Amino acid sequence: MAKKTSKKESPQRGSALSKERDEKTLKKLIDLADEVAKKTFGGKDPRLEIPLRTKSNTIWESKKRILQMGDATSDRELFNLNQAKQFMQTMLHASIIRGLIDEGKTHSLRGVYYKAKHTVSGTKENTFEDQDESDPILEDLEVSLGVLREELHIFASKRGDLVGNITLVDKGDEIDCRRMGSGGYGIPSIVEPSVIQFKKCEAKFVLHVEKDTVWQRFNEDRFWEVNNCILTHGGGQPPRGVRRLLQRLNQELKLPIICLLDCDPWGHYIYSVIKQGSISLAFESSRLAIPDAKFLGVRAKDYKECDLSDAVKIDMNDNDVKRAKEIAAYPWFEGHKGWQREINTMLSNGFKMEVEALANEHTSYVTEEYVPQRLKARDWLE
Amino acid sequence: MSTLALDAPTRNEMSKKTSAPKVTAETMAAKQRDISVSEFFAKNRHLLGFDNPRKALLTTVKEAVDNSLDACEEAGILPDITVVIEDLQPERAASVKSSRYRITVVDNGPGIVRKQVENIFGRLLYGSKFHRLKMSRGQQGIGISAAGMYGLITTGKPMVIHTKPKTNQAAHHIELAMNTKTNRAEVTVDDETDDFPPGRLSGLGKGTRVETFLATRDYPTGTSVSIELEGRYQKGRGSVDEFLDLTAIANPHAKITFVPPTRESAAEEEDVPLLKQGKGAKDKVDDTDDEQTPDPRSLADPSLTQAAPTGPTVTTEQDGVIVFPRAVDELPPETKEIQPHPKGIELGILLQMLKDYELENKGGTLYTFLQEKFCRVSAATASGFCEKIGVTSRTKAGDIEPPQVEKLFQEFQEAKLAPPPTDCLAPIGVRQLLAGMLKGVRAEFYAASSRDAAIYRGRPFQIEAAIAFGGDLPSEDSARVIRFANRVPLLFQQSACSSFKAVTETAWKNYSLQQPRGSLPLGPLVIMLHMASVWVPFTSESKEAIADYDEIRKEMKLALMECGRKLGTYLRKRLKMKREAERRDVFERYIGEIAQAVSAINGTDAKKLYEALQAQARRHTAIADLQLDEDGKAIKDDDPADQDGVIIVQGASKEEPPSNEPESQARISSARGKRDADPFAQSKAEAAALKVSSIRDDEQPELIDTKPVKRLNKKGEKPKATTATKAEKPAKTTKAKSPEPAPSPPASKPAASSKLRMRLVNGKLERVDEPGLF
Repeated sequence: MAKKTSKKESPQRGSALSKERDEKTLKKLIDLADEVAKKTFGGKDPRLEIPLRTKSNTIWESKKRILQMGDATSDRELFNLNQAKQFMQTMLHASIIRGLIDEGKTHSLRGVYYKAKHTVSGTKENTFEDQDESDPILEDLEVSLGVLREELHIFASKRGDLVGNITLVDKGDEIDCRRMGSGGYGIPSIVEPSVIQFKKCEAKFVLHVEKDTVWQRFNEDRFWEVNNCILTHGGGQPPRGVRRLLQRLNQELKLPIICLLDCDPWGHYIYSVIKQGSISLAFESSRLAIPDAKFLGVRAKDYKECDLSDAVKIDMNDNDVKRAKEIAAYPWFEGHKGWQREINTMLSNGFKMEVEALANEHTSYVTEEYVPQRLKARDWLE
Repeated sequence: MSTLALDAPTRNEMSKKTSAPKVTAETMAAKQRDISVSEFFAKNRHLLGFDNPRKALLTTVKEAVDNSLDACEEAGILPDITVVIEDLQPERAASVKSSRYRITVVDNGPGIVRKQVENIFGRLLYGSKFHRLKMSRGQQGIGISAAGMYGLITTGKPMVIHTKPKTNQAAHHIELAMNTKTNRAEVTVDDETDDFPPGRLSGLGKGTRVETFLATRDYPTGTSVSIELEGRYQKGRGSVDEFLDLTAIANPHAKITFVPPTRESAAEEEDVPLLKQGKGAKDKVDDTDDEQTPDPRSLADPSLTQAAPTGPTVTTEQDGVIVFPRAVDELPPETKEIQPHPKGIELGILLQMLKDYELENKGGTLYTFLQEKFCRVSAATASGFCEKIGVTSRTKAGDIEPPQVEKLFQEFQEAKLAPPPTDCLAPIGVRQLLAGMLKGVRAEFYAASSRDAAIYRGRPFQIEAAIAFGGDLPSEDSARVIRFANRVPLLFQQSACSSFKAVTETAWKNYSLQQPRGSLPLGPLVIMLHMASVWVPFTSESKEAIADYDEIRKEMKLALMECGRKLGTYLRKRLKMKREAERRDVFERYIGEIAQAVSAINGTDAKKLYEALQAQARRHTAIADLQLDEDGKAIKDDDPADQDGVIIVQGASKEEPPSNEPESQARISSARGKRDADPFAQSKAEAAALKVSSIRDDEQPELIDTKPVKRLNKKGEKPKATTATKAEKPAKTTKAKSPEPAPSPPASKPAASSKLRMRLVNGKLERVDEPGLF
């Protein structure tokens, strides 16, 4: 599956891995290794320069309205007690990627983790203890080599489903997303134009919901059919594949992206990530962010407006409050009156609500009344 | 001083009787009479250290050994002392707590001329040491005669004395009993004998039948004292064994042989003495066969190495005979007697001195009196004093009026006078202290310091301190304080002793040790304090604690602080080295992975890259290779002089993989509990090889070279062996010695090199210069 492309390149043919692109990636890998060897033989400390994926190195580009990664880098040194292991892990992954490229295969994040995991000779220590150690190292390689994950022949596990009035071609197979039954079309990790092309689309917008359970509700009620749209979910924080697909739908098909997320800091954060990009993937924001995504709900005012029962309240704890205030201070929310009001209302409510709250009294209230009414009223936050 | 106490009972007696109606002044007068010192001490024997049977046994040994050492040193003889304790009731029931013992102490001293025997052994408060200001062990002339008196009281048996003052004449054999009423000896046997040392002693057991035990040729002159007494023999704190252990530490020039009784008295076993922590004493028995053989192979012999860690390194026990060998072949310098210092006397004493002087020299002038009877009074100073009190230099001492004496006394206090001379002191010396500690305490770090002489009450004194840290010392307990006064161990009343206070008042936390408020520091630490003085101010006649003079305590603290600083630096440095070694471990652990990964990517030669990376890792953690000195600076080679008063013994065995630990070190670990968590744990568990740092040659000019002594690695691994061989190399004179593996006569050992160095390599301690060994 892997494939990929930086935005200037034109889509490639379906399944074939681009030799040209592989050669470029390979060269970068070899340069990396050469640099380590050169420094070592030259009596200097081996060191990798890794662009910082931190908040401080994330720049809010108000013009483009997306988060982008700054120029700051950090050194990863072998002869630093805190970095030695990561240095080793980085080189280890680099060598595994080289192997994948040579073989022309792709591997999952977890697969790479297992491939790299072994006992360091002469010790009882493993090169990696769990996948959480491995994944960030791969991201480090992405950013420091300046290549995309798929160019490293790596894909992530699939998360998120799609259903709706659209027909796509996935690796040459035509997929009619109107006929996906109750399960939907699983959005793959890599959705670049070389893999997925949009063939036919009648939908007028995309409704992205937070999680699978809500998505099921909407699908069961044939919401996408009734309202002529595409229905997606990202299993909470949407993975790159879902975000990229949403962005393509938005940019290539000019479909508005409308989000139905929980009324809690986490929901707000998911919206923020879809809209502006995330700190850790700021280097990919131009591929992933959808600056004009809209936040339909759940809104803090809904408790009153929709006359919800007390049962839907989830008390906010200190952490939630703190998080909400942090989010309110994001540059793209900070000057936004609607969002300030929204978050303040939630804080003064003192409770959170999930999308399921809207189905509390009447199961299909959310699909039959709430969302259609809000859409009609264009009652959303941007 | 003790005589002053004699009045008290008299008055008590009087006041008691006043209430009885029939008593008149006359009847009372009939009962009032002199009390002999002997009677007084017979009743108050606890004042002399005979409170209970166990202590009586110890005190007797102690007094006899002190006398022997004093006599040998004064006569310029290297002491060779044998202590035999015979159990005279070996068949007694197990529950009987005390028994009758015969204590015999034989020395190779100058012997005693016949006519003095009764006085020395048969009278209390008779002696050569009371009336002078000279550094010696005995002071009061009470000790040995009191021991004889105690024996007489408890068993009715007289003291038996053999003494041989002339090489080619027969020894005197005298048996005497003290008459406590008269404080005089009654001689029951007085003849001559050629049987010296008494041959009977050689027939006691397997160990004593060896030819070297009490060989006649070793005792051209000498004295043997036997006292029978009721006592109790037990090991542990305050035991004869401990006393001899400690005496050996403080007197490295003495050889002491000890034949303990065949069985201990029934009673709870107390804690084991200083050196015998952990494993059973039986381990010790077999390792001494090749006494004379410094053969490296024997050092590596496993049986030997098993045993080595159990006991004092050089102290050996075989067939019931314990030998504390001589570690140093030089006697302490001869000490000089001094006159009192003007600032150190009291008014009454001054009056008495004037009176005595008048008697001695009819018509002697004050001017000459001042110069002759005091130290640090020159002609000019003396005439200055005369002037100040309004007399001339020709005024006779007898003509001075009491008010003038008082004035003189005040002038003494105000005058600016040089402190008393200090050549009257014979400190043990830094190097000897270290030798003694090394011999007796199994630790990994030793430091010693010797203060300059100071003055209390006009009397010069000098404080020395030494500490031993780590190694086999128990890490859970408080530090152990061992105290000495004029080389005599002080075993009782620790908390009353100035030295104990000095230890608790020292801020050990500054030196990376834990210390509960107002207590001894915690950890594997032995602290030794020695006070040398012409007159040690004991708190009682039994000489168990040093009185708490501010000047003394201050000096003690300063000495301890000096040792503490060295220890603190060492500990900090060690910790740092350990951290660096761990860092290197981390780096080196990953280097292999990195080399392979890089190689897989770009085809670099993995091996070459590995080596290059490893070289860099070593460069980055170079500090782990540093050798320690006490200032925490890197030791430069060929600069032995930069270390002073410190010995570091470091563990050299390989770091054992954690999985092996339980078996291989089970015994040690179990005894040490949490030690594994201790940053110092590793080296404790490990074998020790030795580095003895050198000591400046000019430090103790009079104490020249020490005998080479080797010390066994705990596990007896090869490093040890090389230590021995290495010792053959250019022995720099006066450099430190390494202790001896077995009880070999010191003279047979090759001189040890002074520079056996260890370093931490990669978390393991390795011998420097011996790359092949590990």
